[in-house]
Amino acid sequence: MAQMNLLQAINNALDIAMAENDSALCFGEDVGHFGGVFRATSGLQEKYGKARCFNTPLVEQGIIGFANGLAAQGSTPIAEIQFADYIFPAFDQIVNESAKFRYRSGNEFNVGKLTIRTPYGGGIAGGLYHSQSPEAYFAHTPGLKLVVPRNPYQAKGLLLASIRDDNPVVFFEPKRLYRASVGEVPEEDYQLPLGKAEVMQQGSDITLLAWGAQLEIVEKAAELAAKDGISCEIIDLRSILPWDVETVANSVMKTGRLLVSQEAPITAGFASEIAATIQSECFLHLESPIARICGMDTPYPLALEKEYVADHLKIYEAIKHSVNY
Amino acid sequence: MNTEIYKESPVVHQPAFIDGHSVEIPILKILKQDGNVYDGADLPEIDQTHATKIYKALAFHRVLDERMVAAQRQGRISFYMAALGEEATSVGGAAGLESQDMIMAQYREQGALIYRGFSLENFMNQMFSNEKDLGKGRQMPIHYGSNELNYMTISSPLGTQIPQAAGYAYGQKLQGKDAVTICYFGEGAASEGDFHAGLNMAAVHNAPVIFFCRNNGYAISTPSDEQYVGNGIAARGVGYGIKTLRIDGNDILAVLKAVQFARQYALKENKPIIIEAMSYRLGAHSTSDDPSGYRTREEEAKYQAHDPILRMKNWMLAQKWWDETQETELFEKLREQVLAAVKVAEKIDKPPVEDLVTDVYDQVPAHLQQQLDALKTHIKKYPQSYPFTAGRIK
Ligand SMILES: Cc1ncc(C[n+]2csc(CCOP(=O)(O)OP(=O)(O)O)c2C)c(N)n1
Repeated sequence: MAQMNLLQAINNALDIAMAENDSALCFGEDVGHFGGVFRATSGLQEKYGKARCFNTPLVEQGIIGFANGLAAQGSTPIAEIQFADYIFPAFDQIVNESAKFRYRSGNEFNVGKLTIRTPYGGGIAGGLYHSQSPEAYFAHTPGLKLVVPRNPYQAKGLLLASIRDDNPVVFFEPKRLYRASVGEVPEEDYQLPLGKAEVMQQGSDITLLAWGAQLEIVEKAAELAAKDGISCEIIDLRSILPWDVETVANSVMKTGRLLVSQEAPITAGFASEIAATIQSECFLHLESPIARICGMDTPYPLALEKEYVADHLKIYEAIKHSVNY
Repeated sequence: MNTEIYKESPVVHQPAFIDGHSVEIPILKILKQDGNVYDGADLPEIDQTHATKIYKALAFHRVLDERMVAAQRQGRISFYMAALGEEATSVGGAAGLESQDMIMAQYREQGALIYRGFSLENFMNQMFSNEKDLGKGRQMPIHYGSNELNYMTISSPLGTQIPQAAGYAYGQKLQGKDAVTICYFGEGAASEGDFHAGLNMAAVHNAPVIFFCRNNGYAISTPSDEQYVGNGIAARGVGYGIKTLRIDGNDILAVLKAVQFARQYALKENKPIIIEAMSYRLGAHSTSDDPSGYRTREEEAKYQAHDPILRMKNWMLAQKWWDETQETELFEKLREQVLAAVKVAEKIDKPPVEDLVTDVYDQVPAHLQQQLDALKTHIKKYPQSYPFTAGRIK
């Protein structure tokens, strides 16, 4: 075991993936010599050479188009989009190409080896274009797997699983926690399963569900609720697609209540999908309406970020409301 | 049909390739670093009053950048982007235009806004995201915009302004306005799809737009030789059938000459034009960046010797339009003014909570009003957790 922050855990996973597989490549804007603006690919060019870890021109559609080509050819591209806010120029390549490559060709061709890494999320005074959580846009596209780790241990195990999974995966990294989240991480190779949620804390009164950086906020709210004698079960969804309905439904059948929290705006976010599915799976077990505590339906602001976000106090209030319903 | 042009091509019977670098692109230089003008150089239209205004804008720019980088280090603002070494591209550009011309910038063109007279208070209010910021405190520092000054609000996603500039200029043309649009971007942003879309749209639809590339050698850590292998950005202008000029971007007179010409050309011919200004980003990409991770001090020192502001000063001194006393006084006064403005701006309140939900649409729709009402109720319950807004909620 070693102490690693989230960036180091990601760097470590990339190192393992490149060492075991000569066809694994890491590329993106500033990814080469400099090691990425957050330094996630630090040292990889030195170790594996310029042909396998490199800077690309500044063109996201080019990065993902290039990656699609590599994946179709049989290489293992691990492409970085510098900020999730800048993934949209590549939207066509991801939504119409990566996601549909296999289906449209009857699996004559596929880009299953593709992994796209991208830092997402707010809380860093980044304003409109360094704060977004765009997972729902991609969740609406069949053919993509979506993964979000919450800490260094998860990041390494889930990233290795994503790289090795035979489907295109968009791997969203909670950039607010890049350096802030530090924990024990095994130095050796390991994987965590895609499509499996993790019950982080057992509880009996209400299930709290989130992913990525939002779990830290949810845990804080659960601590407040615990002081009021409310017992919260906390689940990390880990994979947004495919998502683990069974773990969530089992928990809600036990607690009778569900609160889903996401950073992204509330309307048509992934929390809405979860709420719809769980109300149909667990209708007779529900003792209160499923709560969604999310970002507001506005672009991500700067000066009023504190007011805008789904913080622990808003979640705490919603927990009490749900339990006293 | 456009294929007609091939009928005039010389015909060959062995492959006759055109090498990627075979088109030579000259570079316009007017002013030498020592303040002398090159022999035979064609000067732009400029007199003492105009020159002094330009020089004062350059000085303001330098001082603002220095002070705000320092303010960021002190934790007073969250972020800043200086344009050290590239000031002539934005100041000179604005100086070659008329005030009714639209400026669509990338983010490192505060010089154009300074030249247009954006007040120090306006700069500060934006950077401190206070309630007097024209952008209502919504965007990160340096994302300025002013309708009054025809300076389009900066958007962080790179390259997006390029096709927009073509459209804006096309609208100006159709409405018979005596106005063009200038569109600034870096050589990095010129790799984006939007760049290619924008140039082709402008060329096909004859939009009076001046594309102005600041080629400063780097896109964050990526040197331009890892950005493209062609003959710079200018060569692409040729490919799109656009009139093209490459200039020394650290030569204020070359910038002025180029933009004055480009404006006349765009207006008269109703066509786009592209200028590639060669320069060097002397400072860090932004306050979040440390260039020592990707380039050497020696390299930086080499380019320090091409300081565009010093070059203009040398020329002004040679013209006897400026002297060292004026120089000292100007810089001292500017430093004091900027410091004083920082102190005022940082004390101004943050925007009111209502500003969260306005401007998403033209009117606040019911669902957003509801979200705002719920937020206010919540803030009243926990006022100490929302110190910027709690005291002002009725
Ligand atoms: C679409 C998009 N991708 C990535 C970024 C992140 N980014 C911000 S500035 C920058 C480099 C821009 O370089 P260049 O266009 O050469 O301009 P310069 O900073 O040198 O003035 C990058 C990659 C962004 N803002 N938008």
